Amino acid sequence: MLEVLNLACSRGEHPLFTGLSFALKASELMQVQGSNGSGKTTLLRTLCGFLQQDDGEIRWDGQNVRQAKEEYLSAMFYLGHHNAIKDELSALENFSISAGLAGYQVDEKTALSALRRMGLRGRERLPVKVLSQGQRRRVALARLLVEEARLWILDEPLTALDVGAVSLMEELIGEQLSKGGSVIFTTHQPLAVAGVETQRLPLS
Amino acid sequence: MKRLSLLGLLGLVIRRDLLLAMRRRSDVLTTLVFFVMVVSLFPLGVGPEPEMLRKMAPGVVWVAALLASMLSLARMFSADYLDGTLEQMLLAPQSFSVLVLGKIIGHWLLSGLPLVLIAPVLGVQFDMSGDALMVLLIGLLLGTPVLSMIGAIGAALTLGLRGGGVLVSLLVLPLCIPVLIFGTAAVDAVTAGMDYTTNLALLGAFMLFALTFTPLVTAQALKISME
Repeated sequence: MLEVLNLACSRGEHPLFTGLSFALKASELMQVQGSNGSGKTTLLRTLCGFLQQDDGEIRWDGQNVRQAKEEYLSAMFYLGHHNAIKDELSALENFSISAGLAGYQVDEKTALSALRRMGLRGRERLPVKVLSQGQRRRVALARLLVEEARLWILDEPLTALDVGAVSLMEELIGEQLSKGGSVIFTTHQPLAVAGVETQRLPLS
Repeated sequence: MKRLSLLGLLGLVIRRDLLLAMRRRSDVLTTLVFFVMVVSLFPLGVGPEPEMLRKMAPGVVWVAALLASMLSLARMFSADYLDGTLEQMLLAPQSFSVLVLGKIIGHWLLSGLPLVLIAPVLGVQFDMSGDALMVLLIGLLLGTPVLSMIGAIGAALTLGLRGGGVLVSLLVLPLCIPVLIFGTAAVDAVTAGMDYTTNLALLGAFMLFALTFTPLVTAQALKISME
């Protein structure tokens, strides 16, 4: 599925890593590890195509992602540090709109059940500005339940989440892997999915 | 799960921007109030001679519309940039330019169309004739989308820069001069009893030209700004 060959990235004049190669196959879970500033976010953003790599190649199903852009983008889900939700809109509106931007038409029933599974029962129609940081993160993560992405790229998905939500995330990642999807993520919190070995990708 | 078509996606972006504006009305009203104020100040400043007012009316309305549309440009992409929505738009498997076109249309509906609708009322302050008001209205209807479209390129290029608001005006205003010239010339022509259709046709041509190219250019500029 995802193959990275000899990747080199830098931020400004400062080189972050060179010669990085790894492969992520179906049903595999990979955690990118490294201290602050080691280039975890840069790596994930490069995988998304926001940043240009200095050298190397990223392949999806054996094709360079620049050539197979549409297939790659429709098979991929990315959530970064920002939740991409609007304070003025309700959780439900935010959810339908962000799923819509990714190309999915979600009816209200599906949307409500996704938000409820994320622990937002009773708060579906409240404007997001009255929700806590953790609840906002849950609204953003609810898209994982409806979008059929084979590859999840999650940058610090557990930020602001409580213990219950962390175990829910472990459950969701477990489901994704059992469906044959794969997940690459960064976190500074412990995250363990039962019965799955987490591959570690250290950046220095 | 059902997939959205390109048109569905375009509609979604426009509906979203209108919904956001409904929840945050002050942004729309600022532009409109600014336009009304600037245009209304002129009769007070230069005196009430009807002959002079009639002569300067098209220029005043057009310049005020140009400045008013600059006001909201800096906000066009900045909120989406700051909260990460723009990143998600860039990841949409469909063409990013279509989403950008949706944002541009949304911007025009919120900051261009209100000006067009109120302009005839303001024109009455300047004792403009019925024909002149009609041509002014059509001219603005053709010209203000061009201002939004050219403005989008400037807004995309200055995204995330400090003092971007001033810079965007410096970038965009010179490019809007042709619209201003042909927009006012059309009204002058009808007042002088000459053929005004050439000027309007040119404005229409500008609009079609901008409609074809600016979404692509803006999309590229946004990609560069987001690196």
